[in-house]
Amino acid sequence: MTFFEIISLVIGILLLVIAFMAINSKKLINSVLFLSALSMLAVVAFVLMKAPDVAITEAVIGSGLVTALFVFTLLSLKRRESE
Amino acid sequence: MRKLFGLLITIALGVMIILALDKTSAFPKFGEVNLQERISNQYLTEENVEMVGSANIVTAIVVGYRGFDTLGEVTVLFISALGVAFIFGGTKQQRLDLKFKPNFMLRVGSNVLLGIILVTSIYIILHGHLTPGGGFPGGAIIASAVLLLYLADDKFRSNVKGFKLIEGIAGSIFVVVGLLGLVFATAFLENFLPVGTVGQLLSAGIIPIIYVLIGLKVGSEIAGVVDNFLTEEESA
Repeated sequence: MTFFEIISLVIGILLLVIAFMAINSKKLINSVLFLSALSMLAVVAFVLMKAPDVAITEAVIGSGLVTALFVFTLLSLKRRESE
Repeated sequence: MRKLFGLLITIALGVMIILALDKTSAFPKFGEVNLQERISNQYLTEENVEMVGSANIVTAIVVGYRGFDTLGEVTVLFISALGVAFIFGGTKQQRLDLKFKPNFMLRVGSNVLLGIILVTSIYIILHGHLTPGGGFPGGAIIASAVLLLYLADDKFRSNVKGFKLIEGIAGSIFVVVGLLGLVFATAFLENFLPVGTVGQLLSAGIIPIIYVLIGLKVGSEIAGVVDNFLTEEESA
């Protein structure tokens, strides 16, 4: 097994595990953070598969903007519940 | 028990999908595709690369060969931004307060970071036809810079009307450039400028122009969406 294959295998297994944790975590905020980590690992997978264009887009949108918007939505939901 | 059953079904389906797709003619092993039988081979021939003039083949396909699809994509993004504005927007808007009070260091540090992020985004947009990236990721990076400003300063409120203006102007110029292709060449969005040398900054005809317009449009649209998420009506 080459170095490239080992890295791909580790990334693939981590992707599966983190996706499972994102579905099964009890608190919503943890799910959002696991989703962000999933996007970050997907970026590494895209770079390994020689698709840098997709990797840049995924890094910006998947782990940046979408996470921020989810977190803010959760924050405003919490405020509305407490009022 | 239910979880175990779900896990078993998932594993069985995964194994079935892997067995069905592994090493068939449609999905050969990674990196061992015979390009001669693929459509993408046509884009990679030397005369086609010199005709389009874009060193980044992905950009050549997205903006050059399939510019009309990109116009549709930008329209889809515009409609979704419009929907968000329709739901969250209102006349009297006030921004969401943060739970913490940002201090002086955070504000200054975020302004330093803002410059770096904006320069990166402009670099990515301008070099869309040379290096990976382009208008869509660059515009999203501009929007994340706006998000940083919102996070680091609890008084900050961006100029939403300016964003709407930039968005409308950029979208209109995109269509006008396409119509100019109809006038000076034969088809909508066809390249009517000289192509130049492959690999230089001023090359590839209308592709850099369109990507700059897409970057402005996407950036202002997503920044507007961010603003809509971080504001609320005053009476609440």
